[in-house]
Amino acid sequence: MSLTKQARLKSGRPMRRSKSNRDAWLLILPAMVPVVLFSVYPLAQGILLGFTDAEAGLNVETNFNGIENYQKLATNELFWNSFRIGLIWAFGVTILQFLASLGLALLLNLDLKFRWLARTLALVPWAMPPVVIAIMWRLMLNPTYGPINEGLRAVGLPGDTNWLGDFSTALPAVIVVGVWAGMPQTTITLLAGLQNVGAELHEAAAIDGAGVWQRFWHVTLPALRPIIVAITTLDLIWNFNSFALVYVLTAGGPGGQTMLPMLFAYNEAFRYGNFGYAAAMGNVMVIVIAVFLFVYLRGQARSRLS
Amino acid sequence: MTTANTMSRRTRSVVRPLQYLAMLGYVVFLGFPLLFLVLTAFKTPQELISATPSFLPQSLNFDNFIQAIDKANLVQAAANSLLVAVSTTVIVTLISLPAAYALARFRTKLRGVATGWILLSQVFPFILIIIPLFLVLKQLGLVDSLLGLVLVYTVWSLPFALWMLQGYIAGIPVELEEAGAMDGASRITILRVIILPLLAPGLVATSLFTFISSWNEFFFALVLIQDPALQTLPLTLARFVGAEGQVQLGQLAAASLLATIPSLVFFAIIQRRLTSGLLSGAVKG
Repeated sequence: MSLTKQARLKSGRPMRRSKSNRDAWLLILPAMVPVVLFSVYPLAQGILLGFTDAEAGLNVETNFNGIENYQKLATNELFWNSFRIGLIWAFGVTILQFLASLGLALLLNLDLKFRWLARTLALVPWAMPPVVIAIMWRLMLNPTYGPINEGLRAVGLPGDTNWLGDFSTALPAVIVVGVWAGMPQTTITLLAGLQNVGAELHEAAAIDGAGVWQRFWHVTLPALRPIIVAITTLDLIWNFNSFALVYVLTAGGPGGQTMLPMLFAYNEAFRYGNFGYAAAMGNVMVIVIAVFLFVYLRGQARSRLS
Repeated sequence: MTTANTMSRRTRSVVRPLQYLAMLGYVVFLGFPLLFLVLTAFKTPQELISATPSFLPQSLNFDNFIQAIDKANLVQAAANSLLVAVSTTVIVTLISLPAAYALARFRTKLRGVATGWILLSQVFPFILIIIPLFLVLKQLGLVDSLLGLVLVYTVWSLPFALWMLQGYIAGIPVELEEAGAMDGASRITILRVIILPLLAPGLVATSLFTFISSWNEFFFALVLIQDPALQTLPLTLARFVGAEGQVQLGQLAAASLLATIPSLVFFAIIQRRLTSGLLSGAVKG
């Protein structure tokens, strides 16, 4: 049986190869055409636009202007401020999300009653439109009607904070909403990873006298590491590029306190019509995120080797 | 051994209540906002502006839902969303199925290129893609058109759909196909009779996920659609937010709930498959 199979494979190899290659191209072509036309090409075009003075409008001439956009950006304090806010947001959400999700995943991995309830609730945000999540939290954080202020008043604390409208509370408030919205993917991925950690390892460690905390630190975490790196990397990218949630929550206000780079670039492009300048911002965003990812992933790869 | 056991039993009696307490905390954090949204949808304007608002609505009245639906543009927006999401799902499924098969079964250079592109497409901020896309679509007359939106959503959901589907196909043993070929079945017959039935659950999961992403999408719609008659649901809801007064919070909540129901129902159908599919992707990748 295995002999005939081998013989068949051997004799048919050269022809099959070239034929299967052509088949593969034919099968992939319908997917490739739209991707190239409406994704690869615009992306290349977008990167180039970052080096032009392109503007919205019908008969405006577009010229390459080299690094002029970037010189202008370098002194644009509003942009860098927005960049700083974007980094606080992306790292804040990613780190808190990871800690909260890890805790929840560890709980869901235990044999607790009502586990199904927590699991179901943890999944719901995944299915909700970001716009609806934002509307829901606007209700929660509403200064007069919202239950958060209501609760504060009930226990005798000052309950008149305008969470999304106050300079000092707006960014932390949207970060909390960001954590809520992104919990599902992170939790489920970590939970799946936990379920793959062999029970034997834990038993062996327990017999050797390792406590709960030691087992978590020396068995669970190292085993989870690849999954942790993968999901936090994705979370960081997603969060840095997120738009809808904060657009509906605060639209970048108050006074630009929650103006994420995506919102800033969107305004620049579609409110003020400075396409080239906005594309240049996009280029800077890509470079910054790429640098962070490079440093993070290289650090992870190194410490795994050692 | 026995000491270890008694130890763990003693720690358990201390730790268990703490674990339940922590889980309660999660349930409140995750569930309370949802509960509050639902309750708000049933409150009358008088209840919403009352100086001492009660937590529970006084009665189960559906006025907010009826009024929200009565606003013509909500129904129109739902129809637009449905049209766009269904078209996107059909197109994405049709073109990603053969491509996913090729990626899963043929060993070509394309596999590496496609995987690279799928990952890379996650990194770039949408702003870089949307400006030139806007210019291209404008030239084609597809700005402010649902067809243009379908086009953008197709390209945008394709990488993930492809990724999911090729994972499911790779999970079907290739020996089944070889057995079919030995029995003299043609390639088309093999695909139709052997692969498709086995792939059906994965195909459903991928399609529903594509539907959910298109139904929920906001950014591209915001840029590409200006005409109020062409707005999708997320756009209409977001416009509603700026205009709402305290009195209309109930209607806003009701409309939000209605807009969430389709995604939620579909998500409930696919969630087990989705979560297991994601893991296989994570481990392999």
